[in-house]
This record gives sequence, structure tokens and C-alpha cells, in this order.
Amino acid sequence: MIKVEGLTKRYARKIAVDNISFEVEKGQIVGFLGPNGAGKTTTMRVLTCFLPPTAGKASVAGFDVLEQSLEVKKRIGYLPETPPVYPEMEVREYLEFVGRIKGVPVADLAKRVSEVSEKCAIYDVSKTLIGKLSKGYRQRVGLAQAIIHNPDVLILDEPTAGLDPHQIIETRDLIKGLAERGEHTIILSTHILPEVEQTCERVIIINKGKLVAMDTVANLTSRLRGAETVAVEIAGADGSPDEAPDLAIVQRKLEQVAGVSRVLPKEHRDGKLQFTVESLEGRQIRPGLARAVVESGWSLNELHAVGLSLEEIFLQLTASPEDARQEEAIEAAAAGSPSMSAGEAK
Amino acid sequence: MNTFTIARKELNSYFRSPIAYGVMAFFALISGYFFFVAVEFFVRRGMESAMMGQSVPMDMGDYIIRPLFSNISVIGLFLIPMITMRLFAEEKRTGTIELLLTSPISDLEIILGKWLGAMVLYLAMLAISALSLSVLFIYGHPDWKPILVGYLGLVLQGGCLLALGTFISNCTKNQIVAGVAGFATMLLLWVLDWASSFGTSVVDKVVSYLSVLQHFDTFSRGVLDTKDIVFYLSVIFVGLFLTARSMESLRWRA
Repeated sequence: MIKVEGLTKRYARKIAVDNISFEVEKGQIVGFLGPNGAGKTTTMRVLTCFLPPTAGKASVAGFDVLEQSLEVKKRIGYLPETPPVYPEMEVREYLEFVGRIKGVPVADLAKRVSEVSEKCAIYDVSKTLIGKLSKGYRQRVGLAQAIIHNPDVLILDEPTAGLDPHQIIETRDLIKGLAERGEHTIILSTHILPEVEQTCERVIIINKGKLVAMDTVANLTSRLRGAETVAVEIAGADGSPDEAPDLAIVQRKLEQVAGVSRVLPKEHRDGKLQFTVESLEGRQIRPGLARAVVESGWSLNELHAVGLSLEEIFLQLTASPEDARQEEAIEAAAAGSPSMSAGEAK
Repeated sequence: MNTFTIARKELNSYFRSPIAYGVMAFFALISGYFFFVAVEFFVRRGMESAMMGQSVPMDMGDYIIRPLFSNISVIGLFLIPMITMRLFAEEKRTGTIELLLTSPISDLEIILGKWLGAMVLYLAMLAISALSLSVLFIYGHPDWKPILVGYLGLVLQGGCLLALGTFISNCTKNQIVAGVAGFATMLLLWVLDWASSFGTSVVDKVVSYLSVLQHFDTFSRGVLDTKDIVFYLSVIFVGLFLTARSMESLRWRA
């Protein structure tokens, strides 16, 4: 659906996007991830034919963005970072205007406007001036505007920026809802990581104009950490605080399980012992751990794999050399208090 | 089709902001005052000559209509930057330009649409002056043909100034800058008109040809001269062409 080859965009003094290539298939939701100023918006602007590329090629549905921009524009719905709304217009009127310039046939216009208003939950404000709407509503009007001509490709630049948590969830659900029917291919940019984990199938990470990684969320996680990390909580046989097993004994027992490389005690409270257990490269240790605990007569309260959160992947991939020390600090913190990453992985 | 959609949208936003009303009210006040002064002068002269027993033929065209048209053309010079300043500057500031430029419409349609929207507001403004002129038809029989030619001249002159203003608005993100730059340009055109009144050297002739107001003179006299029509049409073309270029450079620079 979308094909980008060797795309480079140079401004007067700096290179915003440097030789990026990727492909997006029909019906996918792709998260475009990167710190501020990484070149996300520039790439999107090239794809929407707003900016011409300095070098390289980009095509949408087989049409080149430079040579056949009109065809590309017909197939793309675009929500820029700030929704492109006219404050002096009423919502319905604005959607009709956008529908007209996007080439929605006049006969279908009223129907389309009602449909997208319904989809984006802005039906109740159809007659309100856009200037009087809250930011969340404006964002939804922007989204409605992007889908009014039922485009094959949706490009959303930070669709949840500046919204309150409630609105963020609503917007995400809306985007997911659009993708579920498989009608749209969606690219959304963000620097908020949980958003990608929750909405996207694939992630493209760019930093300083360069493509750093491109994969599914699951693959990225496992690729970056070959070994498995498991969080375990163990208590005494009947779970009462008095009969808590001795920490050192438990630790030794866990270390003896095949494939375990390291056992880190984490917390010891109310007779419950928590550990973070790391495996050797490519070894499954969870069944072994469970067996060892049960055989020793303790009760196993909790046992789950701690995935590397996207946040950590992101930091690892986008850290520059001068950030290396900071990265180490993060690593150390993550190892020392795995409860943090465990919480996020859930 | 898209051109009209854009034009309608522009017109809509003019009338939803104070701009349209401000411009029209100001125009009505000033042009009404000039009309009143001209009519009063005409009536006084008429009474004077009647009292002195002479019956010199007096023409409304010479005394009222011609000066009124000249005045309106100068007022237009100062009101047009107010009409055009927001056309592109506002869209660039709020980012709505991204919507227009990523929609399946051509730059030409956008530019023509905006210019047309501004043109319609300008025409609405001119219509106010027609209201005062119609009073003349109640009390006398002025020749309507030179009036029509005069209005044609005003429309053409307005069209070319609006095209220049559209270009200026496309050069900046800031409405105020667009307004001030537009105003300065119009002032320059006005000054060119003075400069052209003395001297007969080649330079003076060129300057005089460039003066937008100079070309209106024939229209206000009720004369249709192709030379002037061509001048106005070519300035409209140049203005809109420059806008198109500036829009393209926006893409490559932004």
C-alpha cells in the first residue's frame, strides 16, 4: 500500500529524513515512533504530498507522490499535528467543505458527513462553531475530516497529543475501530510508547532522520532481549506470614533450576518473597521454576514473564553515544527494581 | 467547481469575522461623504448660475460621477490590503493550509478560489456606492453608460490590486505583516501616480504606465480603452502567477 525507498528530505541546513525505506501492507496499523524532531512529521508530509522529497521515492497505492500527487491525495486522509479546522465554521459545515474539496460526490455528501460524525462521536456538536469546541472534540473533528472521503490510507500525526487521559483512550479506540474493518491502512506517529503497544501491529522507529528499527512489537521485544526474565512470588505452604520460607534457601533452590542464570531477590513483605529470575539465552525456565517451588512445599503466588517494555527498547535504540551513561543507569535501575518494568508489561 | 467551493468558504469567513463589516462600513462612510460633497457642490453651482441668470449646461457626469469614481478608486487602494491580508497568512498560521495542500485540488484552484472570494467581497463593497448613485437617477437623468464603464474600471482595478494582495499574503505567516506590506505596496502605487504627473522623459512614461490609478482615468471618463483593460488583466495575471510561484516555493522550503 505504502512504499518508501531511500527517502531523503533536506532542509536548508539540516537533513530531516535520511535515506529511509519501508513498506506498509494494506490494512495494517503502523506506529511511527521517534523522539521529537526525529523526522516523523517530515516523512508524513512527504507521504501526503505536502512536501516533495529531496531524494528517493515514495508511493501510495502504486502512485508516486511527486508524479501522481492528485491520485495519491485522493487516497489519503491526513490529520496533521494540529487539526486543520476553521474556528469560524460549524462542525457540519466544515465537514461538508472538506468533503467537497476531497471529491466526495455532492449527492453522497450529507450521508457521508452524518456517517463520519457518528463514527467520531461528534454528532451532538454538528451545529457548534469549531472555535468553541474543546481540544478533544477538535481532535475528533480532525479525525472525521481525515476519513470523510473514505481513504485507503490514513496518516495521523500524533493523534493523541495534548488530550486528557480519557480523551486519549477514546481516540485510540476510535483509531482501532477504524482499523478493525480492515478498510484503512493506518500510519500514526507518536512519541508516547504505550500508545504504540496498544494500537499498532508494527512499529517503525526513527531517530535523527534515520530508520532505527522496523518490526512487530512482539518481535522487537524478543529480539532485543534473547534471554527471558521472569517475576516470581513465593509464600509459605499455607500463606501465613509466620511460615515464610527462608530467603537464602529459596534463592539457592531457584538458582538450581536448569537454565537459570541469575536470581535477584526483590521484596520481602508479609511472608511473600519476590524474585526476578533471568534465564540463559534461549531457555524456557518457567516450567522448571514452578516445579521447583511446588516440590519444595511452598506456594507459588505469581509467575510471569517480564517482557522488555517498548519504552526500554526505544531508549536502547534511540540513545546517542553521549546518552550511553544514562542508558546504563536505566539498565541498572531496571535490573534493580524490576517491579517497574513488570508493571508496564502488564 | 473546487474553485467555487474555496471561494464560498472564503466569503463565508469574511462575513463571520468583523473584516467584511468593517471594510464595508468604512467604505460606505467615506464614499458616502465624497458623494455628498460632490452633490452639494453641484447643487450650489447650479443655484449660483441660475441666480446669475446664466444657463450654463451642467453635467452630472463631470461634477459628480467622475470625481466619485476617482475617489472610490483611491479608497479601494487602502481597503484592499485589509481584504487580502488574511487570505493565506491566516491559513499558514493555523496550519489549515496543510488541509488545502493535501486535498486533491490544484494550487490554481486554491488561488483562484481565494481571489474570487475576495473579489466578491469587493463587489459587495462597490454595490454600496451604487446605492448612492441610484439616488441621482431619481432626481435627474445621468447617462448610465459611462457609469457602467466606470464600474468596469473599478472591478478591473480592484481585481489587480486583490491579486497583488493575495501574493503578499502568501509570502508571510503573519496577517499584520501581510496587511502592512500590502498597504505599503498600495501607497507606492499611489505615489507612482503623483510622480507620473510631471515630466515627460522615458522614465516618467514608464512610471506613469505602471501606475495603477493612471489607467483608471480613462474608465472614470467613461472611455473604454483596450490598452488599459489589457494592463489590468495582465497585472491580475502577474499577481496570481506570483502567488502560484510563492506557493510552490512554500512546498520546497517549508
